[in-house]
Amino acid sequence: MQMAVENPEPLLEVTGLSVEFRTERGWTKVLDDVGFSLGRGRTLALVGESGSGKTVTSLAVMGLLPPRGSRLVGSVRLDGRELVGMPESKLIETRGRDIGMIFQEPRRSLNPAFTVGEQIAEVVRRHDGLSRKDAWSRAVEMLDAVQIPEAARRARHYPHEFSGGMCQRVMLAGALVCRPQLLIADEPTTALDVTVQARMLKLMNDLQADSDLSILFITHDLAVVSEMADDVAVMYAGQLVEQAPIDELLVRPQHPYTAGLLASSPDVQGTVERMRHIPGSVPAVGNWPSGCRFHPRCEYARGGQCDSDPAVLLQVGRGRLSRCLRTSELTLQGVQT
Amino acid sequence: MLKFISQRVLMAVPVLLLVSLFTFLLLDLLPGDAAVAIAGENATEEQIALTRERLGLDSPFLERFWNWVSSAAQGDLGTSLYTGQSVTEAIGERLPVTASLGLVALLMAVVVAIPLGAIAATRPGSLADRVVISATSLAMAVPPFVLGLVLVVVFAIQLQFLPATGYTAIAEEGLWGWLSHLILPAIAVAGIMAAELARQTRGALLDALSQSYVRTAKARGLRPPTVVGKHALKNAATPIVTVLALQIGHVLGAAVTVEFVFAIPGFGSLAVNAVNLRDVPLIQGVVFVSALVVLAANLLADVVYGYLNPKLRV
Ligand SMILES: Nc1ncnc2c1ncn2[C@@H]1O[C@H](COP(=O)(O)OP(=O)(O)OP(=O)(O)O)[C@@H](O)[C@H]1O
Ligand SMILES: [Mg+2]
Repeated sequence: MQMAVENPEPLLEVTGLSVEFRTERGWTKVLDDVGFSLGRGRTLALVGESGSGKTVTSLAVMGLLPPRGSRLVGSVRLDGRELVGMPESKLIETRGRDIGMIFQEPRRSLNPAFTVGEQIAEVVRRHDGLSRKDAWSRAVEMLDAVQIPEAARRARHYPHEFSGGMCQRVMLAGALVCRPQLLIADEPTTALDVTVQARMLKLMNDLQADSDLSILFITHDLAVVSEMADDVAVMYAGQLVEQAPIDELLVRPQHPYTAGLLASSPDVQGTVERMRHIPGSVPAVGNWPSGCRFHPRCEYARGGQCDSDPAVLLQVGRGRLSRCLRTSELTLQGVQT
Repeated sequence: MLKFISQRVLMAVPVLLLVSLFTFLLLDLLPGDAAVAIAGENATEEQIALTRERLGLDSPFLERFWNWVSSAAQGDLGTSLYTGQSVTEAIGERLPVTASLGLVALLMAVVVAIPLGAIAATRPGSLADRVVISATSLAMAVPPFVLGLVLVVVFAIQLQFLPATGYTAIAEEGLWGWLSHLILPAIAVAGIMAAELARQTRGALLDALSQSYVRTAKARGLRPPTVVGKHALKNAATPIVTVLALQIGHVLGAAVTVEFVFAIPGFGSLAVNAVNLRDVPLIQGVVFVSALVVLAANLLADVVYGYLNPKLRV
């Protein structure tokens, strides 16, 4: 997974990203000052509870937020190029060619009316300008690479003739067929059962090892994170609250929310005995508390500071960021020693 | 596929029988019969009875129906009471005229409605969308013959762009002669069809565009025409085809009034004449062929469904 750092500049760098949606009650902010970076050939896991803004973040990176129903500020740099403000005519060329994407529900993400081969081949024709025949052979090769048995024959089949796990591998084939530098995977294994999930994760790791693919892996499953990630970015209520390399994060989280997540995740911890839950629930969009957004649920919250001072993302070590106002005073419990 | 088609054809037989039986029954129940009309105003009871016998109107109902069905099965729909022409022949002369009208109208409706529906569906709530919605509501409220009259007054009489009445076959006056007589009546027939089709296209596309596979297509950098015209439209096409198949039935209905306005010697005017003269065999034949056309349209739609939706294929 980890490669020698030849090019020190990260492949993907997101800074100060804020997104608002138009709703009946006017503009509602769903992302607020999100920032993280993803190195070349590395995997960054974006974790957070449901509604924290993970999918919106990935769509913002793709430039796929509804143009009239949303607005965005901040910066998204891919391989040194700024994507925010780039005209749609250029942005559309990066989608599928520089960035590939797979989604949570593989079967519904494939078009039921076309063969799987056609759905991969059309991407090659679109971006690489290959002939129908050559694009089709590329599609078959790619299906083979994602371990679809009898790829040449199966390419002529329709999505409903495949299992959920196979559909996700077909999606992966379509996302990677133009050899993008970045793969965004939005909860790609959540809808799959455990053995199928393990195979999918291994396949992604193997494909990454053969190229210098970077993966933005969105999930709320910490077991998957420890399996896949080099780095982790934690989101809470539309903000990024912590980013760290996985080993460091597991040993010594720098934000109480991360510590709470780790403690309530039996898979990573190994023992259910020490499991604690974070009290309360995620505040709704547009209803975020002042100060640190986590303070009402935080056992370390201090009145007069955490409920009022603006919480900003601070550098807390090499490649580490935390939004906790008291991060320097706290020593939080990880799950590994 | 062949098995599927032959199954559907077999299923159509009882439907045709029922439709024919029903028409037969209704015509039988009508007060006064054709014999009275044919024998003439001053005919005696005896003459009327003779005519009745000659026409076979005095045999029992079921026997008459059976005779009709067995000859219909061989393509013989009887003889017109007035002209003495074979009904099959009369319909054979008129049906191609209406088929031309219907096809041109259908083509016009599709060419106008699908892009309009797509424009509306890709910009929901926009000015373009609202214009399409209002225009289609308006168009649905205008009966074909009213639209036809307006078109005649404006384009044929005032502007003299196109002929107001009549019909010429391609063989007689060439493609333009044929088409120029069909443009105005076809627009009259197409109006409501295009409106309904545009509405259906908008709704079905709107639904398809919200599906995950459309997000996938966008995430792969496919261009908007491909995303809408290929990925969304093929999925939206099933309800559109359903409406199209229904419209083929409506064409026959609209043809009745529109052919009258434009003095086109088609199937619709044949039907009107048959009813006016109470020409029983001709009415029976017209209803039978109409049912046949509608059933054929539905069969065609079913075959297209299979192409559009791979899950339905066997
Ligand atoms: N098009 C939209 N219009 C308005 N609000 C939206 C839109 N898309 C997302 N949101 C809101 O943005 C917030 C973040 O949603 P998002 O889908 O990014 O969450 P998530 O972290 O991916 O959650 P999950 O784990 O359930 O996928 C949610 O409150 C959601 O309701
Ligand atoms: Mg999500």
